[in-house]
Amino acid sequence: MDFIVPSQMPPIATYRVLDFNAKLIDRNRPAPDVIDEQALTWHRNMLIDHGWYHVRSTKTRSFELLHGMCKLDSTGEEGITVGSAAAFGPDDIITTQYRETGVIAQRGYTLEDFLCQLMHNKDDPGKGRNMPVHYSGRVKTGVHAVASTLGIQTPHAVGAAYAMKLEDQRTATKRPRVAAAYFGEGAASEGDFHEALNFAAVREYPVVFICRNNGFAISTPNREQYRGDGIASRGVGYGIEAMRVDGTDIFAVYEATVEARRRTLADNKPILLELMSYRSGHHSTSDDSFAYRSRQDASNWSTQHSAISLLRKWLEKKRLWTAEQDKDTRTHIRKDIIAGMKVAEKKPMPPLTSSWDDVYAVYSEEQTA
Amino acid sequence: MIRPPLHHRLVVNTGKRLYNSALHRAYSSHPPSARLNVPIDYATTPILHHTSKSALSNPELLTEVRNGTASRQNLFQAVNSALSHALSSDPSVLLFGEDVAFGGVFRCSMNLSSEFGSDRVFNTPLSEQGIVGFAIGAAMEGAKAIAEVQFADYVYPAFDQLVNEAAKVRFRAGANEEQTCGGLVVRMPTGGVGHGALYHSQSPESLFTHIPGLRVILPRSPAQAKGLLLAAIACPDPCIFLEPKILYRAAVEQVPTEPYTLPISTAEVLKQGTDITIISYGAPLYTCSAAIEKAEKDFGCSVELIDLRTIYPWDRQAVMGSVNKTGRAIVVHESMVNAGVGAEVAATIQEGCFLKLEAPVQRVAGWTTHMGLIYERFNIPDVARVYDAIRVALNY
Repeated sequence: MDFIVPSQMPPIATYRVLDFNAKLIDRNRPAPDVIDEQALTWHRNMLIDHGWYHVRSTKTRSFELLHGMCKLDSTGEEGITVGSAAAFGPDDIITTQYRETGVIAQRGYTLEDFLCQLMHNKDDPGKGRNMPVHYSGRVKTGVHAVASTLGIQTPHAVGAAYAMKLEDQRTATKRPRVAAAYFGEGAASEGDFHEALNFAAVREYPVVFICRNNGFAISTPNREQYRGDGIASRGVGYGIEAMRVDGTDIFAVYEATVEARRRTLADNKPILLELMSYRSGHHSTSDDSFAYRSRQDASNWSTQHSAISLLRKWLEKKRLWTAEQDKDTRTHIRKDIIAGMKVAEKKPMPPLTSSWDDVYAVYSEEQTA
Repeated sequence: MIRPPLHHRLVVNTGKRLYNSALHRAYSSHPPSARLNVPIDYATTPILHHTSKSALSNPELLTEVRNGTASRQNLFQAVNSALSHALSSDPSVLLFGEDVAFGGVFRCSMNLSSEFGSDRVFNTPLSEQGIVGFAIGAAMEGAKAIAEVQFADYVYPAFDQLVNEAAKVRFRAGANEEQTCGGLVVRMPTGGVGHGALYHSQSPESLFTHIPGLRVILPRSPAQAKGLLLAAIACPDPCIFLEPKILYRAAVEQVPTEPYTLPISTAEVLKQGTDITIISYGAPLYTCSAAIEKAEKDFGCSVELIDLRTIYPWDRQAVMGSVNKTGRAIVVHESMVNAGVGAEVAATIQEGCFLKLEAPVQRVAGWTTHMGLIYERFNIPDVARVYDAIRVALNY
């Protein structure tokens, strides 16, 4: 009588490209297939993603503005969002949770788009209807509008993947598309996660499931969220190929996502990626995370294991970046954000009457009354 | 003196034969000398079209449909027709749910998988939440996703996806106007069937009318179902389409052969009247019709019968127009009276017709209890209760 005993199984290995000194771990492999310009763009997008956090933490008036809006940032996860988003095609469809600003930035949302949403002014693509950070950008970025409910976006990606697969077959397109769903390890406890993976596996849809495992769901650490070997281990249960990746190594994230996308299209099957990182910031501006974890832990991760500093080391080794450029860029980004906030703040809000728009395709009789 | 219960008196008075028939099948038969609570005769009810001429003369149909033919179909066959038309006319239409591939537990999807292929008509794993979530995602990317929930009683795991997602997709997309899930239709069998008990008899339609963003539709007959389902599939808003399961086989009528749509959010006056308005939808309309026939004979009154067809957004103007004319209103539905559709209709009537009302608006609806197996026929409004409500309104 042989029971399968998970605690006796070795943990799933983590795919890495660079060591902590930004050197290739495997000296025999070729350099990452990324041109310098791409890497510099990634770095800049990560700095912008990090810029929100930085502005908030400098306790200026801007901080007050941003603070008052219950904002979520992605500190510690910039490598996950930018690196994976870079691997998807321009027509791929993406569904997200709410901590994927880097994905949306990488796919074309501008600073102005972000700020108009945060300030809920008339140029907010979401028309002031959703909480801050719940961006709406389907037209520009292919990312579905964000909802606060957790996990619901995972079956949406499965449905989207199927609708696109059928349409791509009908049109015999040369550029078939995939869908991707991002979610945190906490959201992976929701029933929607289970159902989405099971559907995708049974029906063989081209979906890439990307889990940002950042260690916390608000205050709940992983030990209180699940007892299995993370989220990658669940793939086996559904018959889905899975891989665990170092989320602070942007090249590992990029390569893994490129390969995941290739596999889903080649074999018409879903893939599960678990990208490991650490949520260096608070859950949101309504949270003080030092109530449940030590400052030392947060500080260690943000200084020693940050995706931004690892990529920076790599760029500096290739003489593509200097300390002075870094300082200038960060200062400019901060200034751009603050200047942009001032402009966005002054714009008027959408009209009150727009509250009744877009509930139905045309107003109902009750609405017009 | 406390009278013994009915079945006891029957046994004592009439012996074994009645014991066998009445007591054994007490849950589905009527008292032998009943005048009001006799089974609905679907072959003669005025609600259904018994001739093709009648079916084709519906003014809501386009001329080319009215000039076509009609054939006898029951409700599941009419639904099957509508689905077949949709699948053949638009390659983006998908139909899926539990057991849909072999034809469905109510035969609504018979032969569709073999005709249109398993890419478009297929089984899903057992998960309402997953079915609806998947359908929303597909609809958001342009598919006409027709999701089937096997019984309305099982829709609740999908409630979050329907209320928090489907109803809000267009609103939260804001300026991203292409982002809607208008192609979504969620179909489900609903209502009492005589032996469904707690988990095969529920009517949850009112739960979906307390949030904006969905259209909730409930047809009364095969011909109505075909037109309303095709309209729901074409509708740019997500729709919930509830099919009265008791009518799947029982309701048979002439249904136009050509594809056609019927207007959503528009009520239909089934019978004109002057003294009292009855508003209902779905299976209870047949009960109302039987009650009206007896009441008009016995009381010499004239009753107007309205089918809401779309529960939300509903045709308030048609209902208020009627009650302003008659001065009396009764709302009839199967689901529990509290906070049901009747509550909203009654509130709207008293707001819009107060000075014209000759009697309070009555609601004849399910009692405040669950749909237990053995006494379902006492819970669901029967002919006697509707007849009695008419009498009360007239005598007020």
